[in-house]
Amino acid sequence: MSDISQASAPRASACPACAAGDASLSRARAAPLPDARLVLSVPGAHCAGCIGTIERGLEATDGVRSARVNLTMKRVSVAAEAGLTAQDVIARLDTLGYDAHELDPGTLSMTETDRQGRDLLMRLGVAGFAMMNVMLLSVAVWAGASDATRDLFHLISALIAIPTVAYSGQPFFRSALRALRAGRLGMDAPISLALILTVAISLFETLQSGQHAYFEAALMLTFFLLAGRYLDFRARAAARSAAQELAALEVPRAIQLIEGQEQTVSVQDLAVGDLVRVRPGGRVPVDGVVTEGRSEIDRSLLTGETLPAIAAQGSTLSAGEVNLTGPLTLRVTAAGRDSSLHRMADLVANAEAARTRYTTLADRAARAYAPTIPILSLGAFVVWLWLSGGDLRLSMNIAIATLIITCPCALGLAVPAVVTAASGRLFRKGLLIKDGTALERLAEVDTVVFDKTGTLTMGTPVPDNLDQHSDDALRVALALAEASSHPLARALVTSLQARGLTPAEVHDLREAPGYGVEGEWQGESVRLGRAGWVGATHAATTGAYLSLGDATHSFTFTDALRPGACELVAALRAQGKAVWLISGDVAPAVEAMAQRLGIDNWRAGALPQDKSEAITALQAQGARVLMVGDGLNDTVALSAADVSISPASALDAARAASDIVLLGRDLAPIEDALRIAGQSNRRIRENFWQSGLYNAIFVPVALVGLCTPLFAAAVMSLSSVTVSLNALRLK
Amino acid sequence: MEILGILIPVSLGLGLLGLLAFWWTLKKGMYDDPEGDSRRILRDDYDDKPKR
Repeated sequence: MSDISQASAPRASACPACAAGDASLSRARAAPLPDARLVLSVPGAHCAGCIGTIERGLEATDGVRSARVNLTMKRVSVAAEAGLTAQDVIARLDTLGYDAHELDPGTLSMTETDRQGRDLLMRLGVAGFAMMNVMLLSVAVWAGASDATRDLFHLISALIAIPTVAYSGQPFFRSALRALRAGRLGMDAPISLALILTVAISLFETLQSGQHAYFEAALMLTFFLLAGRYLDFRARAAARSAAQELAALEVPRAIQLIEGQEQTVSVQDLAVGDLVRVRPGGRVPVDGVVTEGRSEIDRSLLTGETLPAIAAQGSTLSAGEVNLTGPLTLRVTAAGRDSSLHRMADLVANAEAARTRYTTLADRAARAYAPTIPILSLGAFVVWLWLSGGDLRLSMNIAIATLIITCPCALGLAVPAVVTAASGRLFRKGLLIKDGTALERLAEVDTVVFDKTGTLTMGTPVPDNLDQHSDDALRVALALAEASSHPLARALVTSLQARGLTPAEVHDLREAPGYGVEGEWQGESVRLGRAGWVGATHAATTGAYLSLGDATHSFTFTDALRPGACELVAALRAQGKAVWLISGDVAPAVEAMAQRLGIDNWRAGALPQDKSEAITALQAQGARVLMVGDGLNDTVALSAADVSISPASALDAARAASDIVLLGRDLAPIEDALRIAGQSNRRIRENFWQSGLYNAIFVPVALVGLCTPLFAAAVMSLSSVTVSLNALRLK
Repeated sequence: MEILGILIPVSLGLGLLGLLAFWWTLKKGMYDDPEGDSRRILRDDYDDKPKR
């Protein structure tokens, strides 16, 4: 018996089903965030080659089951094994030559938006196919079918048109009802009235064996208006998904210490008093007090300071700061809604509430135009009733013809067609439009305010006085710098390696977090780091110091300009726009940057409130302000400005506060954005004039009773097509 | 004119067929990535079988 039980014991765990069950259980316990599907934003993907490189490259990576690029959305979705993290995929994409940001698949599921879009498209499709069929029959009638044949054709048209209008017209009926309940007329009430009356009168005429029926006109109206509605929806869905994409950009995770064990958890699960580990290079996820460790902290995103600050036991850190050199353990003092990040978000919400709601061109046009539709056709009805001595049928026919001609087909397409074309163009240039009215506001901008750190500059330092040092010093510095992940050290390594230098033979390398790196070179102790630690005197600018025996060397750094910054500022000045530089950094650094770029107006040491006050002051002088910024200290200013742009590298609070997000590194697309916004505003105005002109010409024709169904159909398609073509002229 | 008795149902049927085809493409998500699809046809990776 004992033999059997011994033999059966191992067999029990060897059972494949049990083993699998065990494994899946332990995996579920070990991985609190199961990652079977990763979604990444790849703004650089643009051609068939990119699709191939990315998909083949990723599928050759261990742990990736399949990868699929969506070029329209510039995303790649990866089906991966549980162990693979987004960081691995991002690193792999980096070696392939593509920048990538992780997106939160949960936020992106967008099932509701998707369903709405397909629903609208289906209604559009039904209206389109019904329109084609009815048009076939109508052409036969226009060509001369008469008597019983004409009546039969009209009857079949009615059979197709009535259910189609009932189904496809629902978006208009619903929003008309909503508007009327709220006591407004809106654009949809006249549209719904036109659709219902047209179909009703045509049915009546058909049953009376009348000569004219307007079924195809009703269907065309539905089709063209739905097309406009769909484009509008797509533009807004794109804006919404941009906002979601940005919310999804920052996947909020933290490393929590539970009984000394590191565990990755969601930031929202953290409570006050929890211990959190922040690794070098990691972003501080919550507000907290350092309980263990010593490091340097990059506060540039929050304050605009370029110099790192020291953090040791007892220092207070805010969410959003970046840990540079040593691992830190924090005790959480505020998490989630209470953290300084969210308090700033509340400030932003206040600033946004204070900004008056922008009335778009389309709103203004609709408000002026909507009442004229029912008034004109009612007028036509009354006048013809009086003229014809009580001929109800004739007057009704003319009133319907007027209603069809005045119905704002082209007006409904005028704005969405242009906005769709413009935001498509801008997306291809690497700009995400988050707000539908942003383009219109952008077109009116005459003053541009820039933040410095992270916006005009990359936020990464570059050494600028390497030529003053001997080769020996440089080679020792290189050897020491290679041992550290401090941004200044990394910058030194990059530029020294670019000069073709090889590191000196330095032994016993040791990093002192918060101070620097030390080692032994040719029997002497050498140090690279802070001035005080190395024994050098502190210079005014950002620097690192090297001690070689008795001598000390200082390396000074400047912040590298973002590509396209010079060209952008020059182009803006050439266009006659006022350019401002407002930064939280110290005066010498800001002044140097302003001179380098040729900006005359600059302010240094500005607090978040100062920035937004400066913008409000500019606005009070009548300026339309575009704010470009990335830091938490810019968010209030971003929401106070008329329109705002932030780079994708910005903190999520800043991205959330801005209307447009720059996906690439280059600043040059901002100039394109201004140009395209101006163009699209012109196109929208042209479209309004064009459709207004059509009405001015053809409404009198309808009013005198000369508008036949054929005529109405021709006018409607002509105006809709010209308006769409005009939108496509956008370059 | 008797021909109408055939032609009208045929034209209605064709219209309905088109609508069904449209519904099918919509359902299959063929409008999700028009940009990418237009580039993908230039590649010979999945000439033999479609990529899932």
